[in-house]
Amino acid sequence: MTEKEDQSVSRRHFLKNTGLVAGGVVGGSLLGGLLTNQFQTKEGDVKTATQQNLQEARMFFSRSEDFSILAAATERIFPKDDHGPGAIELGVPYFFDKQLAGSWGTNAKEYMQDPFFQNQETIDYQYKDVDQDQAGPNTSTKAPTPTPRYQTRLNRGELFLYGLRRIDEVSQDKFGQAFVDLASEEQDEVLEMFEDGEVDMVGIASVTFFNFLLQMTIEGVYADPVYGGNKHMMGWKMKEYPGPRMAYINEIDADEFIVMEPKSLRDYQGGS
Amino acid sequence: MVTTLDKVDVVIVGTGWAGGIISAELAKAGRKVVALERGEMKNTSDYTGVKDELRFTNRFEMMQNLSFETITSRNNLDEVALPVRTRDEMMAGTDLGGGSVHWAGSSYRYWPYDFEIYSQTVDRYGKEKIPDGMMIQDWGITYDDFEKYYDRFEKTAGLSGEPDPLGAKRSSDYPTPPLKESEPIRLFKDATKNLGYHPYQMAAANLSEKYENPDGQVINQCQYCAFCTYYGCDFGAKSDALVTVIPTALEHDNFELRTESYVRRVLYKNGKATGVQYVDTRTGQAYEQPADVVVLAAFTFSNNRLLMMSEIGEPYNPQTRAGVIGRNFHGQFNMSFLGARGFFDKKKFNLYMGAGALGGTMSDFASDNFDHSDLGFINGGAIELRQYGDGAIASNRVPKGTPRWGKEFKKNSIHYANRVLNIWYTSAIMPWWHNYLDLDPTYTDTFNDPLLRITFKYTDQDRNIAKFGIEKCQEIMEEMGADIVETDDMPEEFDHIYQGGHYAGGVIMGNDAGTSALNNYLPMWDVDNVFVVGASALPHFPGHHPTPTVGALAYRAAEGIEKYLENGGQLVKSEQIN
Repeated sequence: MTEKEDQSVSRRHFLKNTGLVAGGVVGGSLLGGLLTNQFQTKEGDVKTATQQNLQEARMFFSRSEDFSILAAATERIFPKDDHGPGAIELGVPYFFDKQLAGSWGTNAKEYMQDPFFQNQETIDYQYKDVDQDQAGPNTSTKAPTPTPRYQTRLNRGELFLYGLRRIDEVSQDKFGQAFVDLASEEQDEVLEMFEDGEVDMVGIASVTFFNFLLQMTIEGVYADPVYGGNKHMMGWKMKEYPGPRMAYINEIDADEFIVMEPKSLRDYQGGS
Repeated sequence: MVTTLDKVDVVIVGTGWAGGIISAELAKAGRKVVALERGEMKNTSDYTGVKDELRFTNRFEMMQNLSFETITSRNNLDEVALPVRTRDEMMAGTDLGGGSVHWAGSSYRYWPYDFEIYSQTVDRYGKEKIPDGMMIQDWGITYDDFEKYYDRFEKTAGLSGEPDPLGAKRSSDYPTPPLKESEPIRLFKDATKNLGYHPYQMAAANLSEKYENPDGQVINQCQYCAFCTYYGCDFGAKSDALVTVIPTALEHDNFELRTESYVRRVLYKNGKATGVQYVDTRTGQAYEQPADVVVLAAFTFSNNRLLMMSEIGEPYNPQTRAGVIGRNFHGQFNMSFLGARGFFDKKKFNLYMGAGALGGTMSDFASDNFDHSDLGFINGGAIELRQYGDGAIASNRVPKGTPRWGKEFKKNSIHYANRVLNIWYTSAIMPWWHNYLDLDPTYTDTFNDPLLRITFKYTDQDRNIAKFGIEKCQEIMEEMGADIVETDDMPEEFDHIYQGGHYAGGVIMGNDAGTSALNNYLPMWDVDNVFVVGASALPHFPGHHPTPTVGALAYRAAEGIEKYLENGGQLVKSEQIN
């Protein structure tokens, strides 16, 4: 039996045994998500176990719906087009999942002591979002996204669960549909409401959530593939970035631009 | 239960450039020295093979863990200060070597004018040039007397550079030649020459060739690999405390290094310090380390806070303008690096290559090198073009009017990834009566000690100097031939982002015990066996990056500590100036 047949049999058995089809739940979020993520294999997309990216599974996001909203939002921020892959193809949603599951998501190294004032001053503070590259001597080396201004008790993981669900609520309010079912322009409209701070959120301005979403999407596109995004260094290839390299001492004084095939951190460390 | 340890000659708090230099000097002199570092033990292997932009630049691997201590920040005296909660908003180095390990390496000396800023401003422009509330003062030592300490530091670090054509007198050349010129630097130098200015290659601690320093420590040759600012060097090619003064100190048995040692108090009795109290952060065990001399050589924030918590020296009171601890806080903020950005449609640059201090610079508008008679500010700054080497996350700059996300952002960010150059004016920051440090009334650290509170806002001096610099940068960027030239805007107010690591003052040096905390060897006027070393001693922030001055101050202080240990007593007599 080939692997492909094996998978389809399993899927058929699963559907039958669980009774989900018979119960009319197909199209509901649970099975919709599961079908999409686990059971739908396109023709020619079957991979052997060693080719599959076994690191791509959710360990932070429990609800597949949350993850789908995230994926759709990041794809609007960095869409697939003629220049190359978008956020989803680059693995950016999994980059988020891994980041939020770790110390970044739990704010392990941030100052999280009370009191967290909820007054006009803390709200105003969150709107002082100058671009990072205009904020200090070393910051021209940083992502040119606004610095999120943090005055909330929620850690980043909690903030994302809250924010993503709020995206869906706003979609329902405004368009009567789930975010993932909206047309691209409608999705943009919802995201712009967050960016402009027009969405009420408790304990945090929606702009802060949006700034994190923006910052982490860019990071996921361009961070080393070890973090789960920038898949196959496709982000780097788009902008002719060569990755970590030993030396440019022989090229630094060149007049012309030099294109190099990207190398990853794994290449650099000589991982085997 | 506090465990009391055996007394030593000198206990040093902090192991960055300042603490490292003093450790090395006193260890060489045979003194019994203990250095305490709050962070972890590190060596160059910690920074080898880890060129990872996300981890170091965006997740601040080498910066202070804020979960147990941060600062609070406000603009005005009547506001409630909020804690600066994330490392996106605040960074200070930690671990062995401190901030020196992640520094860029850009190396300037300050100007003779800076050392005598009050007298020279009054001489040239009259007293009325200095607005009420601008607290500038002479530093208590002249450039000429201080020059030999710059020379010492430059030789220890092996700095690579060429003389500034407009620079002050030097007793010797840089130990190693300048770094190579990249295409953006050539463009900058050609353009500034065309405009009649005097560009030169920025002096760098990323060394142009392998170098052995006078202590026998070897620093390797920079590879222009771009993983420099925010990183430890992959090759031991960036001068920092880890590859120079700390190994020198460790060669001596009379020197002992203790990491994970978080100092909470300077112990003080009958007008003298008797040692420090610290906690081993691995066990929570508290220790008292008695010493004849206490050296605070931590970051500006910690030096100030430790004195305030130990109730040593008179805290500054902004209402009366009396008191000295916390006075004259300044640094480089979100207005200190404003200038012009150029987008080049017809040219791509190798911006993924670089080094922390690879750059062109000029001093035509630095210090008092130009006439300020008709200008609404004093002092100046360098105009720099830097090629740090951009990571792929950083290289996403797009022309104004481009949305911050979506299809058009993607298109422009990819198109301009290697086509953007930036020049900026590193404007000086003057001290003001309302910009100061004290202890926060609400927020505490993990041991329930109050956090340091910063009160800082901009003035017309700041707005005017920034505007002046932006116009000069724009003129140069246009001459460089960029297709789109954009200028920065002066921010309305300080934005509470402490990302640059250059924060200074609060425990300043001077001639007069009424307006300064330290004399020019850096012991406190009030307590002759407490030396406070670092950028915290700077009375104002000159228009250049501070590190060589911090290093030179440490050499000066080391000499003072030796004198004190030999003869005791106060090294300098206070003058009543004003």
